[in-house]
Amino acid sequence: MKAQNDMRTPARRVRGLGPAHSGTTDFWHQRLTGFAGIFLSIALIVIVISMLGRSHAAAVQILGSPIVAVIMLLFILTSVYHMWIGMQEIILDYVHDDKYKFLSLMLNTFFCVAVGLASAFAILKLSFGV
Amino acid sequence: MVEITLPKNSKVEEGKTWPRTSHATHLTEFKIYRWNPDANENPHVDTYYVDRDNCGPMILDALIWIKNNVDPTLTFRRSCREGVCGSCAMNIDGTNTLACTKAMDEVKTPIKIYPLPHQPVVKDLVPDLKNFYAQYASIEPWLHTVTPAPEKEWRQSHEERAKLDGMYECILCACCSTSCPSYWWNSDRYLGPAALLQANRWVQDSRDEATGDRLDNLEDPFRIYRCHTILNCSKACPKGLNPAKEIATLKKALVDRQV
Repeated sequence: MKAQNDMRTPARRVRGLGPAHSGTTDFWHQRLTGFAGIFLSIALIVIVISMLGRSHAAAVQILGSPIVAVIMLLFILTSVYHMWIGMQEIILDYVHDDKYKFLSLMLNTFFCVAVGLASAFAILKLSFGV
Repeated sequence: MVEITLPKNSKVEEGKTWPRTSHATHLTEFKIYRWNPDANENPHVDTYYVDRDNCGPMILDALIWIKNNVDPTLTFRRSCREGVCGSCAMNIDGTNTLACTKAMDEVKTPIKIYPLPHQPVVKDLVPDLKNFYAQYASIEPWLHTVTPAPEKEWRQSHEERAKLDGMYECILCACCSTSCPSYWWNSDRYLGPAALLQANRWVQDSRDEATGDRLDNLEDPFRIYRCHTILNCSKACPKGLNPAKEIATLKKALVDRQV
């Protein structure tokens, strides 16, 4: 709102719509997924290195084996969740116009869910060999 | 949306160079932001020369010297001249600090002085801090109790009192909040480091009985969680306090009561 049209008192503006009583869960989960990401990323690098120079069939077998597939699924879940919270933070920081804010928050959610599901589907497909 | 450039009527232009005192030999050059709300002109940067043989060592001494000897229209806030009142907070050589505790010899010449960043300017070096003060008021910086007041004072152990060290010293100069990029982008909803440090001062106070209500009032994606530990606040604080650490303590309290 343009300053000259805004005759609210500073107290009214600061109090706004009141506290949302949320945010802590996102804050905590971002750290939780970040911490899990340390170990899962190392595991991912080890898995990728172990596939270097192997044939397609061997790579499919490694990725489809239960332990590797579970690690990969965990990596996808935590990193996509981490990415979703992180991007949401960036949008809240920089996008102030309501239209663009809600649009970008929606796109962020759609993108993260789509990328997560597609990646998980790829691993499951390899794992179940369908 | 974030504004990367200044609006047209806020673009800073080259101002005038004020004459130097003729007999002076030891001069220090100052470049100072000027804006007059009555003049209908863009802000400009004026150049002044301060006679160091006739002036105290601090930046505030120089500003007062300029006002007394060169340009009486130069406008700035000042009061205690010893780092206790917080009035003379301004951006000196690119850093928010107090003009009274910063020596001229500590910074590069020409000494560039601007008002605190990202606040509306009232005139020259005087920022409009209404929003900042309203945010401070919104954390209700006084003791909240439900227990009837004791006959004498509310008691506190030495250890409990020690928890307030590093917070009670805050003079609300606004150097920290106005140095914080998150505060620049979201000062309408993010409380900023100064108000959050003060909020923690009351959350940590063993005598206060409204800790949960205080945390409720802060628990919001904007009010506290726009802090991304950039640490400009702790770097800027002219009193050597660490607002970032106090915000982290508040976030920890919010997590602690949830998990």
